[in-house]
Amino acid sequence: MPNMNPNKCPMPEQAPDVRNKNFEEVTLGYTAEMAIEEAQRCLNCKNKPCMTGCPVQVKIPEFIALVAEGKFLEAAAKIKETSALPAVCGRVCPQESQCECHCVRGIKGEAVAIGRLERFVADYARENSTEKAVKPESNGHKVAIVGAGPAGLTCAGDLARMGYEVTVFEALHTAGGVLMYGIPEFRLPKTIVQKEIDTLKDLGVEFVLNFVVGRSETIDELFGDGYEAIFVGSGAGLPTFIGVPGENANGVYSANEYLTRINLMKAYKENSDTPIYHAKKVAVVGGGNVAMDAARCAKRMGAEEVYIVYRRSEKELPARLEEIHHAKEEGVVFKFLTAPLEVLSDENFNVTGLKCQQMELGEPDASGRRRPIPVEGSEFVLDLDCVIAAIGTSPNPLIRHTTPGLDTNRKGCIVADDEHGITSKDGVFAGGDAVTGAATVILAMGAGKRAAAAMDEYIKNKNK
Amino acid sequence: MKKQTLNANTKLMVIEAPHVARKAEPGQFIILRVSAEGERIPLTIADFDREKGSVTIIFQEVGATTMALGALNEGDCLHDFVGPLGKASELEGLKKVAVVGGGLGCAIAYPQAKKLHEMGAEVDLIAGFRSKDIIILEDEMKNACTNLHIVTDDGSNGRKALVTQVLKELIDAGNQYDAVIAIGPMIMMKFVCETTRPYGIKTIVSMNTIMVDGTGMCGGCRLTVGGETKFACVDGPDFDGHLVDFDSAMRRGAMYKAQERAAVERREEHCNLFKKEVK
Repeated sequence: MPNMNPNKCPMPEQAPDVRNKNFEEVTLGYTAEMAIEEAQRCLNCKNKPCMTGCPVQVKIPEFIALVAEGKFLEAAAKIKETSALPAVCGRVCPQESQCECHCVRGIKGEAVAIGRLERFVADYARENSTEKAVKPESNGHKVAIVGAGPAGLTCAGDLARMGYEVTVFEALHTAGGVLMYGIPEFRLPKTIVQKEIDTLKDLGVEFVLNFVVGRSETIDELFGDGYEAIFVGSGAGLPTFIGVPGENANGVYSANEYLTRINLMKAYKENSDTPIYHAKKVAVVGGGNVAMDAARCAKRMGAEEVYIVYRRSEKELPARLEEIHHAKEEGVVFKFLTAPLEVLSDENFNVTGLKCQQMELGEPDASGRRRPIPVEGSEFVLDLDCVIAAIGTSPNPLIRHTTPGLDTNRKGCIVADDEHGITSKDGVFAGGDAVTGAATVILAMGAGKRAAAAMDEYIKNKNK
Repeated sequence: MKKQTLNANTKLMVIEAPHVARKAEPGQFIILRVSAEGERIPLTIADFDREKGSVTIIFQEVGATTMALGALNEGDCLHDFVGPLGKASELEGLKKVAVVGGGLGCAIAYPQAKKLHEMGAEVDLIAGFRSKDIIILEDEMKNACTNLHIVTDDGSNGRKALVTQVLKELIDAGNQYDAVIAIGPMIMMKFVCETTRPYGIKTIVSMNTIMVDGTGMCGGCRLTVGGETKFACVDGPDFDGHLVDFDSAMRRGAMYKAQERAAVERREEHCNLFKKEVK
């Protein structure tokens, strides 16, 4: 008999006033009892609508049924059949707009907590499984992956499981991409990401760090080294600045720089070699997950006042609901319908404030969102000592500039078909933010997965 | 592979890094981390040997990381060493060039002069130092140019003059330079640009800004060139000096002064503790 409670089993978390002073994980995860209780809310529908919302096709009702029976390791194995990074996805996917938004239980009450269950199962397996992934027998074909973010890791995992000799080239000194430098520790502990990367190493995936494709070697040179197909998952790491006067003042960061210093370089730790501004009054410009992450980091770095400056209204915020909720609880103040006009600074070039303007919403634009229009005479100044730009990123031009024959569009994104990741250059596949521009972890993983299948087919056909 | 002390606090290291050596060109740089907890710092490639697979770096011990780097010995490993990064200097087609190096900047000016010299260009190399005790690479520089002019601020070796005075004299003496390449402290590069501006001589500078990743993903190294924001790590480090906003670049360079001092103090304290324990 299913559990007919209309609400999700709540997940324990650190109290807001405690957690906004530390970098430890905010949500603490289900216990085995909570997981079984929640799993029993799943009705095991025949047509499985939840699965249509999952870009990597996790067999959701099947793994949840195993959880309900207390067979946690079997459930983990079921998820691993299609997903390379379950402990990550369970934590950072926007489930409300993916699997959970299709859940039948969501019609009258709350959807089944699929994300929390996936996370529980992955965490349980990590802590209790003694089984190690084993490298499958090699099929003798070499493939290269450019970029060790979610797209590249997923593609690498799938190809390794098929028997390919996979090498991942990563520009930074740590694999993981945005999982390591972008998403903060309190949302995604780095030991968990490292563990999932180690699993890929057990599968035989080789990682070459500190290797900048485009500078250390070009794509064409990689083909010369004997790689038969190459997947480009280099992401969208080029920050967009706000484009207002005063932006080069000391104390203005791109969210990428601020988060990289904190997450990758561990500048949040006392006595870190990597310095960072310990600002008192911070404004983060933007409304996505990156903006929420930067704002919540600033709070934890000791800022007394942290503002989110967003030019549309609360309804249009693109961030995950849970992060918006958490940010508010932690004392982040939202300034909606507010657009920055100018960064103000003193004679020493240090930030003193942000001149803003009030907006109102007009007619919907091409993207379907109502366009913000300035309200005349509504200028005001926020007193600040730090401004963080989190208004988006675009693909780094390095690969585009050094790979003849690889087509990109007006925005610098690699042109690749959505179904297979096939680009204009023979043997080169691409996926994730490098193709779509800044999107989500799970979409990148889905693209990596589809490209792996297409690369397998490409190599098989070529060798016929 | 090799470590050499050039003067009291300037050291040269030859690092085994075949990936970097294979593609390195004058003007490019590397980023390194000394340890797993260390910060990433950019250093220019001072020389490279493609056959031996080695890259030479020259650095001054000015802060915690360079001090830790200087404490390493031959046979030790660096935690991370990535490159080559940045755009290579565009030296093609230059026939007569003045290369101006200031202090440690001479270590970066030297490979450029060497390459130009090898390409058959006439190179006047002007090297400026505070005093004779810190002169580096004198023999190497001599072999990499047509005329070498060494000057010191205090006159303890060669002429007592600033590099800009020598440059102005050479220009006024009728030397027709295709370009002037200036590498050194920002304040020196700024004044070289002011010296050449009235003559309309193209002046290239190598901007040493604060960097984190060095691959174009953070914008920490951004500067204003001709009114536009550029990233030194991917658009540079070479820029047209007459277009660079040096004043704001210099202020950005001083952004973390206090924390840098604290890191040095921590390091010294740590070393002293260590010494005590050894006793």
